[in-house]
Amino acid sequence: MKRWLIILALCSSAVWAGEAPPRAEDPQVEARLVVLAEELRCLVCQNESLASSNAELAEDLRREVRKLIRQGMTDAEIKTYLVERYGDFVLYRPAVKPLTWPLWFGPFAILILAVWGLWRYLRHRKALVHQRMSDADNAQAESLLKE
Amino acid sequence: MKKFLIPLALFFGLVAFLAVGLKRDPREIPSPLVGKPAPAFSLPTLTGDQPFSPADYKGQVWLFNVWATWCVACREEHPLLVEFSKTQSVPIIGLSYKEVQAADQTNGPLSDDAKLSLARERSLRFLQRQGDPYKLSVMDLDGSVGIDYGVYGVPETYVIDREGIIRYKQVGPVTPEILETKLLPLIRQLEKS
Repeated sequence: MKRWLIILALCSSAVWAGEAPPRAEDPQVEARLVVLAEELRCLVCQNESLASSNAELAEDLRREVRKLIRQGMTDAEIKTYLVERYGDFVLYRPAVKPLTWPLWFGPFAILILAVWGLWRYLRHRKALVHQRMSDADNAQAESLLKE
Repeated sequence: MKKFLIPLALFFGLVAFLAVGLKRDPREIPSPLVGKPAPAFSLPTLTGDQPFSPADYKGQVWLFNVWATWCVACREEHPLLVEFSKTQSVPIIGLSYKEVQAADQTNGPLSDDAKLSLARERSLRFLQRQGDPYKLSVMDLDGSVGIDYGVYGVPETYVIDREGIIRYKQVGPVTPEILETKLLPLIRQLEKS
């Protein structure tokens, strides 16, 4: 009896789960959409990708991308299409161009600067350690130690 | 030079960076459409007259305002638009953006005709009650024109010049301050040229 209740409960949950998202007819289109949508940002909920977002705009944009895939556009063309409308911001991986150079190479520049700074600091310290004491200093140190 | 000042200066530099970063609105995304021709479309109007397309307004400066009755921020800016339409000569064209939402279709999806008539009925009622700032409104039921215009948060307002070029895009409601400092000066300048 209990088991049947559980099964019944499991079945009914599928009933009130609401409409399932419409299945695409073409699994190939869907596969490409998933890969593309992972790379695109949802503009409403900005830290979600187009693939994971439930926002209505994301739904519309997925539909649009599906349409473009069916029209035979390449992934690069579809990205350009969206960038023309929404700007570089839709791309999770921004294009490498002069404007985004600081973004792409800035961290490495900072790293090189930091390594250079560290190298200079260490050299300076090494020089301090290796500084020889003059004979006069030695004599003075000795006399102080004897006291 | 006093060496202890270096970390202090670095610290304040960091604070300045973070302060600027915190003040910026992440929703303000520069639109790539500014400076480009307004995307063409042809859509049915709210009142069912001739379909409207942006080319019809070539030769004059106009505002393109994306709105919907379900959009709370649109209600916020609505009185300002009504005021604007009374005092300024520049026409406002409305884009009724996805008026019929998923919430309206819980009993199964509506047909396109049913959507259009529901959207018209609701929009007209809204405009009758709140005032109608629009020269005309076009119906973008599935939001595809919205995608062409890079709409991601209603309301949005575009300033389009005589040549049909988008000169400014405002995301979010137009406030009196934005109207005074950005829209009006730009419109005056565009009308002169």
